[in-house]
Amino acid sequence: MAAIQSDTHRLRLIVRYLVLILIAVIFIFPLLFMVMSSLKSDHQLLADTSSLRAFLPVGDLSLKNYAGAFERAPVGLFVFNSVFVTGTTVLLSLLVCSMAGFSFVFLHWRGRNVVLSLILATLIVPFETIAIPLLLEVSKLPWIGLNGLEWGWLDSYRVQIIPWIADGLTIFLFVQYFKGLPGELIEAARVEGASWFQIYLRVVMPLSGPVIATAAILKFLVMYNQYLWPLIVVQQETYRPVMVGLQYFFQLSPAWGEIMAYLTLITVPVLAFYLVLQRAFIASIASTGVKG
Amino acid sequence: MKMLNLTAGALIAATGFSSAAFAQTTLTMWYHGAGNKVESALINQIIDDFNASQSDWKVELESFPQNSYNDSVTAAALAGNLPDILDMDGPIMPNWAWSGYLQPLPIDAAQFKDFLPGTKGIYDGKLYSIGLWDAAVALYARKSTMEELGLRTPTLDKPWSKDEFMAAMKAAKESGKFDAAIDLGMSDKGEWYPYAFLPFLQSFGGDLIDRTDYQSADGVLNGDAALAWGDWWQSMFKNGYAPGTSEDPADHENGFIDGKYAFSWNGNWNAVKTMAKVEDVEFLPAPDFGNGSTIGGGSWQFGISAASKHADGAADFIKFATQDKYLAAFSDAIGLIPATKSAAQMTENYKEGGPLAVFFGLSQAQAKKRPVTPGYVVESKVFQKAAADIADGADVADTLDAAVDQIDADIKRNDGYKTH
Repeated sequence: MAAIQSDTHRLRLIVRYLVLILIAVIFIFPLLFMVMSSLKSDHQLLADTSSLRAFLPVGDLSLKNYAGAFERAPVGLFVFNSVFVTGTTVLLSLLVCSMAGFSFVFLHWRGRNVVLSLILATLIVPFETIAIPLLLEVSKLPWIGLNGLEWGWLDSYRVQIIPWIADGLTIFLFVQYFKGLPGELIEAARVEGASWFQIYLRVVMPLSGPVIATAAILKFLVMYNQYLWPLIVVQQETYRPVMVGLQYFFQLSPAWGEIMAYLTLITVPVLAFYLVLQRAFIASIASTGVKG
Repeated sequence: MKMLNLTAGALIAATGFSSAAFAQTTLTMWYHGAGNKVESALINQIIDDFNASQSDWKVELESFPQNSYNDSVTAAALAGNLPDILDMDGPIMPNWAWSGYLQPLPIDAAQFKDFLPGTKGIYDGKLYSIGLWDAAVALYARKSTMEELGLRTPTLDKPWSKDEFMAAMKAAKESGKFDAAIDLGMSDKGEWYPYAFLPFLQSFGGDLIDRTDYQSADGVLNGDAALAWGDWWQSMFKNGYAPGTSEDPADHENGFIDGKYAFSWNGNWNAVKTMAKVEDVEFLPAPDFGNGSTIGGGSWQFGISAASKHADGAADFIKFATQDKYLAAFSDAIGLIPATKSAAQMTENYKEGGPLAVFFGLSQAQAKKRPVTPGYVVESKVFQKAAADIADGADVADTLDAAVDQIDADIKRNDGYKTH
């Protein structure tokens, strides 16, 4: 009887691992294809696509595509622009949206439910529908910079950052998470005489690791993959992000090897960000909760 | 004190005048060549030469990737942020002129009388843009294959008839040596479709729109000639002469070179690469399906934005850039057809007897522009879909009728695309 149970257990384990391996393969193979193809010549790359060779480091391998990518486009500048715009937006977004969420959950001001409903309603509006009105708006906004008062935000970092700081989804994530926090903590802090800002900073935010990590990852992906918005508001190469930069490689005959090299290079910040946040994510889960 | 003031005033005035005499007014220019190293180097060279050649104007370049260039220009036009000089693909020019993005070139058109017809962007009787080069499509073939299959070599004066073309397809297929007789580049579902395949429809006697007034496609895109074209087009795929819309994009680049196809319907921009790998490649004119042998014309051209306050300076630059030496330099570097015969003589490939001289002849004799109307931006998309659907087996008459409905509805919606 014990032997049968052990066999069933082993079979289940094998099936489970097979399914997991299959899922891992599905996720890893595109990345593997990208990295391997970045090391091959265009002719070999295209010839290999019809077989498993596409995923293997076979044939004449070299770093020529990487050199070609750097020659064709200012890759470093594009990566810097994207990392800067994305990083700044993520930080500001976490700050603004968490404060908004805090206000909706803990500060009992009149009309907050209506305002929250309106903010959530923006989730069903696709960005494409407001892109043109937003473009017209930002092209006429004032700004005080190093050169004094200027009109129009086009061709700048701010035009890529500011419109993206607050969004319905991030606010919603914070609201939902804050609602689940134990009310006793807030009450206790109030009794102790803490101000609302102190409660936000010292009590609520330290307990919000998981939602911060989730919101940061989602925002990071949205921002790093920005294409349409920077395409229409940025005309100068100086401010172009990575996704618009990808178009440099699609000429009449696309340089596939260089495209794969470029994609490999621009994937590095995403992986780095994920790895860093993954640790923070696990750590925050481990330390969350009301300690006895 | 009064003396001091006078002296200071005189000094300021003198400095002001002298700096005005030497200051160059900046002209902004947008170009679609970002990521194209060779093209960027050439355009920068022309700009440097122009800036050094005179003291009135200084051109500053901003390059954009070609794929997203039109979107950037449209967005900038909305935001009132267009540059002085911009380049554009020939067939989109009428739409931009109609939309008010462009102003006619303040240059006497007679100055470009020797330019290939495809390089001149004329809309509503006015010259809006001028190109340094044109592009052309030809039937790529191997001399050895032609001999093996016993085919006559077509010429500009005597291109293949429909029967001869179909006999060539049949012979190539039946030889059993190829995956398919001809590669048409069916995987590239962008502007390639109207550019490369509309000439077939025109050769059958149809067109994308009635060009007498550009108000309707009825009767030309779904008339008898168009139906005959549709049946023939579908038969190319049904009979297995050409790979269909699921063709591997790689095969349009390398299939002919690798010997998978006997023929390839391809652009002159792939000619240099093919010549290097296929010794006996020949570039043949389009077949004549009954109404003459035709290919598409019109490539990238320079124009001046309506917003420019320095049209005279922009025109000076365009005149400077269209000198023969620059037309030849572009042609030598990127393989495109120089706009004038005199420039062609300065190039390696297009001079008389040169390996690509045939393309100059093709462009001069056969190039027909895509419909010169603001509605073309919609019409081209409709044609792409119709040609792909018919290739995939859709009913020819129904598909073309639906295409006509779409085109006519768009023209009606835009009040006939009348000029403002």
